[in-house]
Amino acid sequence: MTNGTEGIRGAAAFVGAATDGIGEAPGFSGQELAIRASLKAMQDAGIRASDIDGVFGALSAESMCGVAVSEYLGIQPKYSNNNKIGGSTFLSLTHTAAMAIKNGLIETALIYYGSNQRSAFGRLAVSATHQSDYEGLYQPRFPMTSYALAASRHMHEYGTTREQLAEVAVAARQWAQLNPDAFMRDPLTIEDVMASRVISDPFSVRDCCLVTDGAGALIMTSAERAKDFRQKPVYLLGAAGEHWHKQISAMPDLTVTAASKSGPRAFEMAGLKPSDVDVIELYDAFTINTILFLEDLGFCPKGEGGRFVSDGHIAPSGGLPVNTNGGGLSCVHPGMYGIFTLIEGVQQLQGECAGRQIEDAKVALCHGSGGVLSSQVTNILGTEEVL
Amino acid sequence: MSIIDPIELPVPYSVDEINREFWKLCSTHILHFQQCKGCGHWRHLPRYMCSKCGSPDWHWAPSSGKGVIFSWTTVHQPMHPAFGGKTPYASIIVEMEEGVRIVSQAPDLPIEDLKLDIPVEVYFEARTEDVTLPFFRVIE
Ligand SMILES: [Zn+2]
Repeated sequence: MTNGTEGIRGAAAFVGAATDGIGEAPGFSGQELAIRASLKAMQDAGIRASDIDGVFGALSAESMCGVAVSEYLGIQPKYSNNNKIGGSTFLSLTHTAAMAIKNGLIETALIYYGSNQRSAFGRLAVSATHQSDYEGLYQPRFPMTSYALAASRHMHEYGTTREQLAEVAVAARQWAQLNPDAFMRDPLTIEDVMASRVISDPFSVRDCCLVTDGAGALIMTSAERAKDFRQKPVYLLGAAGEHWHKQISAMPDLTVTAASKSGPRAFEMAGLKPSDVDVIELYDAFTINTILFLEDLGFCPKGEGGRFVSDGHIAPSGGLPVNTNGGGLSCVHPGMYGIFTLIEGVQQLQGECAGRQIEDAKVALCHGSGGVLSSQVTNILGTEEVL
Repeated sequence: MSIIDPIELPVPYSVDEINREFWKLCSTHILHFQQCKGCGHWRHLPRYMCSKCGSPDWHWAPSSGKGVIFSWTTVHQPMHPAFGGKTPYASIIVEMEEGVRIVSQAPDLPIEDLKLDIPVEVYFEARTEDVTLPFFRVIE
């Protein structure tokens, strides 16, 4: 069996990307925010609704969002897809869109997400799907509890410390301070993180992602057509996903995620290795995520993630730029964050990130996680120089 | 977002046949899990097929009731108001001798004494007349 991916390296490129309503956007539904982001992405790409023939995305509050968003925007897509693997959905949809483009099924795809969960609920919208009946009876606070259980096991097996988890939150905040759109930009120290209100041991509230509104959208087209767009094309060079479990008690090893499979396959498709990556965007729902994914994606050995992020190594002044927009911890987290890893990756490779721009960035790794460390999807993006 | 009645402690809300059987067996105070008749694999949560070999044939097998704490965390803000007076409490995953993992609590174990890989055994407490839940305590 092949991994079915040989053909799509560089077959499609992002030619537009935009966010909308990051932070607080009262007065809009999640769908309306997604529409606004989509219009901005179309404007960024210089195209109209009639140029789009594939629509891919998700909304928390609308199960038939494919038809709803298309109708609203006046798109009549030949192909639509809305999968249900959680916050990594968008990195899986780019994979599908690239295959559809490569096969000639469609020419140009819209990928979207939007949520008003901060304005609507004021807290993380935890759906009943996070709770199995058998587990919910004991009132774990999913999803936080699930990630805390993984952190607890990682600390036990590898000696990862509370301070090292806090380093992840501090690094994210320092990046957010360079991003005028980020929702939380106040200074944050390791001591602040550790002294904050405990949510689920070892996590304090500062180890947990934000609850914000926000929307994002991307435009993808064939590599051939991408050359004619006003934006510098950012090519999808590698894409791979894998998942092993839904509820946390079924995760085979709480310290190893399926990113250990999706990462190597995405790199293989891209013909690149971790040391080739200039900028890394990871789905940091909780501080342990960043540590687990840096290990599983091959940036450091298993168990070394805590030491790897120490001394500000992934902060703006450090050696490796990770979550340069401020991440889900400090920039934006409207229920599902995955699409924002892609938008930041694309904009970094287009050189549009102003004060937080990574100089001469040519390769970005974007990684999404869905459920409770469940579905893992990796995308590797590159500029024309690495095509 | 409340999914269950806000006053009483939560009770199982899925009522298919294997769920009913699992809770009924708990009321005998012997923990049972499904074991596959095709490949012998033990499983939890209860389901109608084996994810290892695909066999639809299974039976309820008694567990030794013993295992170790595979991981733990604490909950400081419960989602269900009925747990409000009990915080912080620990949420644990127990890895049973049969290899299955089960989410539960060890209410008598002080939070500062929680450790991974310590041996625990099951005991039961009735939540309502119809529902008895497995909990765990440290094996001295
Ligand atoms: Zn079997």
